[in-house]
Amino acid sequence: MTKKQAIKRKVKEPEPTNEQSSASEPSDNEEDDDLLQAVKDPGEDTTDDEGIDQEYQSDSSEDLEFESDEEGNYLGRKANNEAEGDAEEDEDDDEEEDEDSDEASEDNDDAEEEKPSSSMTAAVQTKVEPIIQIIPRDPSKPEYEDSDTSDEEDIRNTVGNIPMHWYDEYKHIGYDWDAKKIVKPPKGDQIDDFLRKIEDPNFWRTVKDPQTGQEVLLTDEDIALIKRVNSGRIPNAEHDEYAPWIEWFTSEVEKMPIKNVPDHKRSFLPSVSEKKKVSRMVHALKMGWMKTTEEVEREKQKKRGPKFYMLWETDTGRESMRRIHDPVSAPKRDLPGHAESYNPPPEYLFDEKETKEWLKQKDEPHKRKLHFMPQKFKSLREVPAYSRYLRERFLRCLDLYLCPRAKRVKLNIDAEYLIPKLPSPRDLQPFPTVESLVYRGHTDLVRSVSVEPKGEYMASGSDDKTVKIWEIATGRCIRTIETNDVVRCVAWCPNAKLSIIAVATGSRLLLINPKVGDKLLIKKTDDLLAASPSLDVIDNERIKTAVQWSNAEPEEQEKGVRVVITHFKPIRQVTWHGRGDYLATVMPEGANRSALIHQLSKRRSQIPFSKSKGLIQCVLFHPVKPCFFVATQHNIRIYDLVKQELIKKLLTNSKWISGMSIHPKGDNLLVSTYDKKMLWFDLDLSTKPYQTMRLHRNAVRSVAFHLRYPLFASGSDDQAVIVSHGMVYNDLLQNPLIVPLKKLQTHEKRDEFGVLDVSWHPVQPWVFSTGADCTIRLYT
Amino acid sequence: MRRPKKYEAGEATQYISRRAALRKLQLSLNDFRRLCILKGVYPREPKHRRRAQKGSSDIKILYHAKDIRFLLHEPIVWTLRDYKIFAKKSGRDRAIKDFRNLKRRLAMFPEIKLDHIVKERYPTFIDALKDLDDCLTLLFLFSTFPSLHLIPREQSNLCRRLTIEFLHYVIASKSLRKVFISIKGYYFQAEIKGQKVTWIVPHYYPFKPQSRQEVDFKVMSIFVEFYTIMLGFTNFRLYHGLNLAYPPQFPSNMLQDNADTLKDESSFVSDRITALNFELLRTDKVQEDEEEPDIDMELLEQDGDSKRIIKMKQEAQEVSRLRTLFKGLKFFINREVPREPLVIIIRSFGGKVSWDSSVFSGATYDESDETITHQIVDRPSLSTQYISRDYIQPQWIFDCVNQRQLLPTNKYFLGEPLPPHLSPFVDAKRDTYIPPEEKALHDPSLIETHAQSEDESEDDAAAEEEDTVEQELLDAQLQRAYQQETAEYKKYGGADGVNEDEEDSDEEDFDGEEQESDDDDEEELDEKEKRLLEEKQKMSVQSGKVHKVNKRQVHKAEVDEHRLQARMVKPRHRNLFRKLIREKQAKEKEEWLLRKKRRTIETDAKEAKKLAKREARKAAAAAAAAAAQLGAK
Repeated sequence: MTKKQAIKRKVKEPEPTNEQSSASEPSDNEEDDDLLQAVKDPGEDTTDDEGIDQEYQSDSSEDLEFESDEEGNYLGRKANNEAEGDAEEDEDDDEEEDEDSDEASEDNDDAEEEKPSSSMTAAVQTKVEPIIQIIPRDPSKPEYEDSDTSDEEDIRNTVGNIPMHWYDEYKHIGYDWDAKKIVKPPKGDQIDDFLRKIEDPNFWRTVKDPQTGQEVLLTDEDIALIKRVNSGRIPNAEHDEYAPWIEWFTSEVEKMPIKNVPDHKRSFLPSVSEKKKVSRMVHALKMGWMKTTEEVEREKQKKRGPKFYMLWETDTGRESMRRIHDPVSAPKRDLPGHAESYNPPPEYLFDEKETKEWLKQKDEPHKRKLHFMPQKFKSLREVPAYSRYLRERFLRCLDLYLCPRAKRVKLNIDAEYLIPKLPSPRDLQPFPTVESLVYRGHTDLVRSVSVEPKGEYMASGSDDKTVKIWEIATGRCIRTIETNDVVRCVAWCPNAKLSIIAVATGSRLLLINPKVGDKLLIKKTDDLLAASPSLDVIDNERIKTAVQWSNAEPEEQEKGVRVVITHFKPIRQVTWHGRGDYLATVMPEGANRSALIHQLSKRRSQIPFSKSKGLIQCVLFHPVKPCFFVATQHNIRIYDLVKQELIKKLLTNSKWISGMSIHPKGDNLLVSTYDKKMLWFDLDLSTKPYQTMRLHRNAVRSVAFHLRYPLFASGSDDQAVIVSHGMVYNDLLQNPLIVPLKKLQTHEKRDEFGVLDVSWHPVQPWVFSTGADCTIRLYT
Repeated sequence: MRRPKKYEAGEATQYISRRAALRKLQLSLNDFRRLCILKGVYPREPKHRRRAQKGSSDIKILYHAKDIRFLLHEPIVWTLRDYKIFAKKSGRDRAIKDFRNLKRRLAMFPEIKLDHIVKERYPTFIDALKDLDDCLTLLFLFSTFPSLHLIPREQSNLCRRLTIEFLHYVIASKSLRKVFISIKGYYFQAEIKGQKVTWIVPHYYPFKPQSRQEVDFKVMSIFVEFYTIMLGFTNFRLYHGLNLAYPPQFPSNMLQDNADTLKDESSFVSDRITALNFELLRTDKVQEDEEEPDIDMELLEQDGDSKRIIKMKQEAQEVSRLRTLFKGLKFFINREVPREPLVIIIRSFGGKVSWDSSVFSGATYDESDETITHQIVDRPSLSTQYISRDYIQPQWIFDCVNQRQLLPTNKYFLGEPLPPHLSPFVDAKRDTYIPPEEKALHDPSLIETHAQSEDESEDDAAAEEEDTVEQELLDAQLQRAYQQETAEYKKYGGADGVNEDEEDSDEEDFDGEEQESDDDDEEELDEKEKRLLEEKQKMSVQSGKVHKVNKRQVHKAEVDEHRLQARMVKPRHRNLFRKLIREKQAKEKEEWLLRKKRRTIETDAKEAKKLAKREARKAAAAAAAAAAQLGAK
């Protein structure tokens, strides 16, 4: 401490003398400003300095005097006896503390203060009295001006610049100049603080001095000062930045000229050079070399607009230029129709319903049939501006630059064009066109129908467990044969020399002699079936467990049943070979024994497949070749029975096959599926269907080819029988011709079932259909 | 050789997304938009979007990579960059208030040059004409705009100037073909060098403040920027083709040295130009009109008379007739009628036109001129009327042009309810609904019969009402008529007798068949034989019935047949077929709906008319009765 202080004192020492000499004031050396002020306005010294006091000292007016006094004293003392400066400062500190803590003792303090000062030098005291006010109490300022160290501020605490929290644990906060402990002021707790906050109106202006731990009450002046400092203004409010204003050029009109030289003669004469200049300009204007500002402006205006010239030399000539790649011109807008007229024919105006719909489609305007609401105006003058006009133009602009373009071929064809050119059905007669007979008698849905090879009789099997034999021409039921189980399938032997019906009922296959037609034939058939041939070949176990042949019981014999072939699972379908010796049965549940071939003459059965290739739906013999067609759910396999190998696999690409029929020539196969399709396979052509027909609206149950005419029929769950022309040409190069001819829809619907089976008359172009409505219908 | 990776070749490299394009061109989106609009670059629809977008399936805006590469070499890209620099520098000047520098800089504003782009986008003049529709429509709209934030006054003025110039060309070349008043505006269609150019002039006054979401004027303004240049060049060439001086001028004799003309010559001239009522200055001295090169009729005749040639000839004749449609007629346009569209139409078909000079400058004669043949008015009544002229509503002009003949004016008289205004743009031979008015236009005989039938029906109705008194007389007449009828019937019955024989034979055939079938059964049933014998004895030839073909049934059978055949459509065409059928059905339904509406409207109108008539008659009768009573008293 001592060294620095000493230096300070050294520096300070000469200044007071100067000041004293100039202003006769023992003021602080630092107070240059005051000096100036003193020079400017010596008479108002006190007031002026008080103002400064107010700025720097920040005391209430009452405090002011006291404070300034005090300070003045102190400073004065400092000036006078610097040796004691330190001690005095401490004193000063103490006093400040006192002042804060108890203001009541102010006067005493004052007295105390004055005492030492008076005791020091009375002479100085008298002089100092006004100066006390002059010198602002700004302890830091003079010291800053001398040196930049902050150490030499007004420090009452001698601990130095250390973190004050080191003293947190102690009762004192440091040491004063006398090395006495500075005791911490009593510190209230939060409640005290809070109470003070409420009670003390000056709480907000109370600040804690970190050095001494004392609370300092800021005066109004202090606050004003802080505010000025914060806002970046000069702290001294009184300070005039532009103070020394010296008016060099006076505004007052002087009587005497400043310069004493009279004006030259040429100042009274018109200028020759200017005259020349003007005449030159006038000449230039006349000649058009120069332009007036107006003209220049006009020209600029003209220059600014676009200039047009002959861009295209000819109408169609094109210059080779780089263009955008493969330009696609934007399509033109649609031209308006009658509806857009301001006075359209009355039918184009919206009625109430249309208006409502138009308004309803507000959120999806593209669905509206017109993009505007037609309006009618009585005369042209009533037509207002179209409200969406701007928006429409804007959308067109958007279309032009933002809509992706591509060249597309627009298909402008009539729907008729897509229908394949087929011959008229009238040219393809005969085919059945009307329903001519209905055979009633069954009491449950009729599953199957089969016609005698000669075409006189017909057998039908129904869910009412009966087989009925009908006379075709009259529609009379000749015989009813009752069986023990639901009749799934009946099949008349295609050999005209035999009169046998194969009936699949439950798990039994009955061979029935219907006893109709030629008596001789009946007799012969009976004989044939009665004689059971001796079995020279012993069946293996696999067949034995699957099938048992037996002659019918006597009571069944009476009904006409001759042979019973008992299967191990319910039979679904039975079909004859063309010669009438073989017949095949299908038991869908029979796994790898689901298809069986029976030979009538030898009373023998065979199981052609050792492995199951899927759920077998139906089987079929080839009419000519020794081939066997097996339809599983998705595919059809064709086997050679002689070589015992797979010839071909037909891919139907359908979900579920329901039935199939082969063309009498054996080259074309027709397949019906439950997924509404009919597939025509040309067996020579490909394993894929030659044509897929979707004639029906519902599952197709069965299809049948006519034996003689180029006709086929299909029956479906949509109660329709569709008769089509299916011509197969001998010329191999010509594809089959398929023409749908007639839709016959007379069956009634019952439990989702319509037509269950269709069958052709062997000779006539007549088709029989059985339906779920317990009837058989004949269409001729 | 390196195996190419996916999307390194083919469609994926042909297209470039907008974002990538922006990156490649180093432009902001706004600049890119401007560039695209000016250069006519548009996004493309790829064949396979997935492939073009390198596997992503969301819809992006794709440009052709070649187009973007093409933009890379465009000089105006540099101008756009200069704009950016200019904005930055002038902004700086403004910020530091260096106004001198700012002024200097503003004078050096980088002008954008679009001439080469016009040439490049439209390599031939015909191409430009083909694309004139949007251009004209937009410029006509902009020419009505007030000065807006994004649309400087100059731009709308330029639009106005160019459109007026174009209209002058249309008038001078007489190329207007079709006109139509729509609720959106006036449609005009001109045929310029074989190209049909259609534009819309909006109804006054189209501008309304728009929200930013609805309409972005900035985009439209860029379009206008290009279109003005394009139309300017097009006008230049069109004027040149007609030997007119391009910035349109008047012949010197037109300008009388009035005080007005001398005061401000340029504004006077521009006023007259916008009036569209004067011939323009020609560059050649020929000046005489009606030198129209009729399509080489002789040449065509040599070609023989195929249908096309005949059609062309007819068309040419019609057009030549149209050109002189209003020749010799003098029109006067009343105050309330929109002047400009009518002036264009009348002048381009050879008519003379004027208007109230207080409405617009350029009026050539006054309303009191006795030689005026037609005055176009659009108000219910007029106080002072001249006998020498027809007072017609503006629709007459439009309908005349579309009909290509002068229509009778009686339907268009002052205050008369107007006949419907039909669009000339619809195809006359279309298969959708054609309103009766249009049918009458194509076939004038229809309209006569229509009127006649109406009259007749009215007469009938009247007769019915009137003839209550002469009931007995009527009865007698009826009796007589009935007798006549019966006599006739007898005659016809004789004629029918010939047919009957045929029917009989048919019947017999049928019977024969039945007999045959019966024979089959006879084996078993003897009783039946007896009965049959009895019946045979009774049998005699009966008079047959006329076999009537049930038309409905036949039709149904045909429909069924067609339906079945339609099911044979190939699977690959099935969806298309269904779509076409659906469209056709929708069209038919529309037609049916319109027809139904029309029918109901007409019947309603007739009912109302009848009712009104009856009322009137009743009132008259009552009045007469009252008068009689009074007289009796």
